[in-house]
Amino acid sequence: MTETTPLWEVFIRARNGLNHKHAGSLHAADAELALQAARDVYTRRGEGQSIWVVRSSDIVASDPQDKDMMFEPTATKIYRHPTFYEIPDEVGNM
Amino acid sequence: MSDDLFRYVLRLADDHLILGQRLGEWCGKAPSLEEDLALANIGLDCLGQARALFTYAGKVEGKGRDEDDLAFLRPEREYCNALLVEQPNRDFAWAIARQFYFSAFMLPFWRAMGKSTDDDLRAIAAKAEKEVAYHLRHSAEWVIRLGDGTEESRRRMIAALEELFIYTGELFEMDDVALAMVSEGVAVDASELRDEWRRTVDGVLSEAHLTAPEAAYDQTGGREGRHTEHLGHLLSELQYMQRAYPGLEW
Repeated sequence: MTETTPLWEVFIRARNGLNHKHAGSLHAADAELALQAARDVYTRRGEGQSIWVVRSSDIVASDPQDKDMMFEPTATKIYRHPTFYEIPDEVGNM
Repeated sequence: MSDDLFRYVLRLADDHLILGQRLGEWCGKAPSLEEDLALANIGLDCLGQARALFTYAGKVEGKGRDEDDLAFLRPEREYCNALLVEQPNRDFAWAIARQFYFSAFMLPFWRAMGKSTDDDLRAIAAKAEKEVAYHLRHSAEWVIRLGDGTEESRRRMIAALEELFIYTGELFEMDDVALAMVSEGVAVDASELRDEWRRTVDGVLSEAHLTAPEAAYDQTGGREGRHTEHLGHLLSELQYMQRAYPGLEW
């Protein structure tokens, strides 16, 4: 099954101006059928304005085992958050 | 006039009810989860179109019959759907070929119906046209993939396209009812859609490296209630609840 119909990741944009968000995955023979299947599986209740499909095998993912090395160090760098800065009133909302 | 209009709308309604039921039979049994939903979606589109058409037919008839009365409480010979849509789901290729032939006809049909003098039919056409455009695209893509796929998919696709072809001529049939409605500006002259249908079919089949079938004859009769042996079985399932428990609601 997966030989003829590989896995695809589906991204849906709900409204103009929003980002495409990962909605799930599905099996399909090729890009056109993946788009159609995404429409049929993930936009049945008016969820979408636009669909992207990407072959799952084309996605390069970080290794969960590298989690500590990749993400842990940022936990101590609180100065990267903008909350320490006083915003002058003239600036208004940011 | 109103009797012809009733019959004309009822034919359209029956086409979509019966095809919707056939598509619903795939629910839980399609070749993949994705296609299970796709076929059910198309079936629900057909059912939605049927509901609007039955409701309108009941209004035109003026005898107080609603969509449920018309859908569930008529005997087989009173159904006037085209024979194509009642043909069974022998395999997935049959479902695709049936859908492809029918949608390739309904797309230009609803487009032309958009110019009808009848407000209700025009409104139904506007909604249906978008739905059918997708049905055609979906079924055409499958015709291409099955036809140009494996040896087995190709063999099955060819068999389905050939066996169902004799039922396609009926779609273009124009009898007194349809002609009367054309002269009122209400109906679509289906016979004028044949060339466009043929171009659509030929185009997709050549992409699938298949040759379009030729019909030795056209099998017709559905519009007068003369059906193939398959409709009765379909109706026995479709009507079971209302026949066993008349008036049941839930």
